[in-house]
Amino acid sequence: MNVPTMASLFAEGKQPEVLFWVGCAGSFDDRAKKITKAFIKILNKAEVSFAVLGTEESCTGDPAKRAGNEFLFQMQAVTNIEVMNAYEVKKVVTACPHCFNTIKNEYPGLGGNYEVIHHTQFLKQLLDEGKISLEGGTYKGKRITYHDPCYLGRANNVFEAPRDLIKKLDAELVEMKNCRKRGLCCGAGGAQMFKEPEKGDKDVNIERTEQALETQPEIIAAACPFCNTMMTDGVKNKEKEAAIKVMDVAELIASAEDL
Amino acid sequence: MEYLPNILFAIILIVGIGFFSKNVKKLSRNIKLGKDVDVSDNKSQRWKNMVRIALGQTKMVVRPIAGLMHIIVYVGFVIINIEVLEIIIDGVLGTHRIFASLGTLYDFLIGSFEVLAFLVIVAVVVFWIRRNIIKLKRFIKPEMDGWPKKDGNMILYIELVLMLLFLTMNAADFQLQQLDAAHYTKAGAFPVSQIIAPLFDGMSVSNLILIERTAWWLHIVGILSFLNYLYYSKHLHILLAFPNTYYGKLAPQGEFNNVEAVTNEVKLMMDPSADPFAAPAEDAPDPEKFGASDVMDLNWVQLLNAYTCTECGRCTSECPANQTGKKLSPRKIMMDTRDRLEEVGKNMDANKGEFVADGKQLLGDYISHEELWACTTCNACVEACPVSIDPLSIIIEMRRFLVMEQSAAPSDLNNMMGNLENNGAPWPFNQMDRLNWAQES
Repeated sequence: MNVPTMASLFAEGKQPEVLFWVGCAGSFDDRAKKITKAFIKILNKAEVSFAVLGTEESCTGDPAKRAGNEFLFQMQAVTNIEVMNAYEVKKVVTACPHCFNTIKNEYPGLGGNYEVIHHTQFLKQLLDEGKISLEGGTYKGKRITYHDPCYLGRANNVFEAPRDLIKKLDAELVEMKNCRKRGLCCGAGGAQMFKEPEKGDKDVNIERTEQALETQPEIIAAACPFCNTMMTDGVKNKEKEAAIKVMDVAELIASAEDL
Repeated sequence: MEYLPNILFAIILIVGIGFFSKNVKKLSRNIKLGKDVDVSDNKSQRWKNMVRIALGQTKMVVRPIAGLMHIIVYVGFVIINIEVLEIIIDGVLGTHRIFASLGTLYDFLIGSFEVLAFLVIVAVVVFWIRRNIIKLKRFIKPEMDGWPKKDGNMILYIELVLMLLFLTMNAADFQLQQLDAAHYTKAGAFPVSQIIAPLFDGMSVSNLILIERTAWWLHIVGILSFLNYLYYSKHLHILLAFPNTYYGKLAPQGEFNNVEAVTNEVKLMMDPSADPFAAPAEDAPDPEKFGASDVMDLNWVQLLNAYTCTECGRCTSECPANQTGKKLSPRKIMMDTRDRLEEVGKNMDANKGEFVADGKQLLGDYISHEELWACTTCNACVEACPVSIDPLSIIIEMRRFLVMEQSAAPSDLNNMMGNLENNGAPWPFNQMDRLNWAQES
């Protein structure tokens, strides 16, 4: 696995085409780290010119902003923008829809202007350009349902890229009753990931998992590390973890390619 | 005495419209209590949104049954009101069916009005059944108890009565035309009222005139009363849906505004040449309040949103928090904002236009912390709203107040923010370990 950092490339006088923004979950969460590595493997395979910030990366500030701490958000944003601007970053790809939304929509107003794309969009581009190919039948005919992350789908209108990738796997894509613009949240957004839910009669991730199970999937595909955690917990709660896997779209592709 | 009806009509008209204008002024004053916000950009996109969403009802049909019924009532309301123009001219001039000279076109118009009136009655009955017999979940949530429930039904009753009066008036008119009654020129087609007309068979001309006149007067008085009911009702949306969709959010739904006052503070903090011990200038304005605890802290588009809400509850029924039994209901956020704004407005009316502190505010007295902290910021409510209301922006403004002015976040979130501040991640991991995954197998 080749993971160049911006600092090391800079020392060699090189500038990568794209910065891979790993995000906090992708860096620290055991489950999400697997997604990061799967994506890196694809980047390596496709010989993409990329780098990560490594220890120079810091939280985008998304959870602080959604929690109402605008001050902390802007401190984070300004610091990150300084780092990215120093490296003259033009293009950013991220595997986290929260990082994606924040850098794409909320950084420009604070001086950070980059072309920001989500890893599902990036993978779709690689596929269209023939830099990766999806052959072999690992997922042929498998029932896969796709959960729209709020901050990728409704918030930024990215609905088709992840679906196109799943279809390319020759898998049977089955939709939940709430999908695309009416997709139901996994329950993690708005900083809920980091707190106990308010009083109610059910957890949001259970409700969403039930919707997913209605489609009788073999795999629940996600495109967000937080959705992944919530859906994985939901599947465990329903004691279905032996039969149903929760996987990121990048993992599907990496394993289909046998990377 | 000959002109008595004309004069009476003119007085009713002036009083009806005058009282309405007074309330519109109040409405506009209340909305302007909100902070200024720049929505002068992208005019063509804004017009397009208004035409598409308000005029074209595109978001209504996401739910096909309610959407179709609503379009019938909406089209009926707009088109049948052409008839009101004739009624007003007739009323003032003392004429009868002044547009009758349009001939075939007139027949076509009156005929269409009748068909629409019939369809409106059907739709209104369906709506009533949905609210009162089927009791759709979104119509019986706690925030609908009392006035909101009555208001919803009241609108349906008024519409039903207005349509029945219109058809009764035409039926009697049709009979009078058949009897060659003086003043009742043969004009118009009556595809629906013809069916009711046999009820009046054998009645004398004077009795028919009595029925026709009574229905005519009640119809126009009813319309003027309905106009004046709007300000007190969720039905205000028939007017405000238009400006509201025009001023609706254009940015991607996931984009939350960056608070300018905070940006200024952050810049000052990051500026190495700034003197941290400098006293503020003598004439420096008070530091701006962060976030919102009351309606005056919100911007005027958010207040317009509150008056536009027609309490349909699509937001609440799509809300993941509400679906799983949490206290949060985006509709209640909008209803509370309007109720508090009305309270502030009444306070100003009672105090010569000045707001006198009443020891109450939107946060706490209307909207609880628990509701605000249940939100996942998923934007389902924003997406669901057929008239571009943004309840999420109000929730976020109030969270900002709680966190930045009162440090009143739930303790879990304080831990998260503490980690973020110290380690640059929401968990207690060291920033220097951020690339460790690359060395793990």
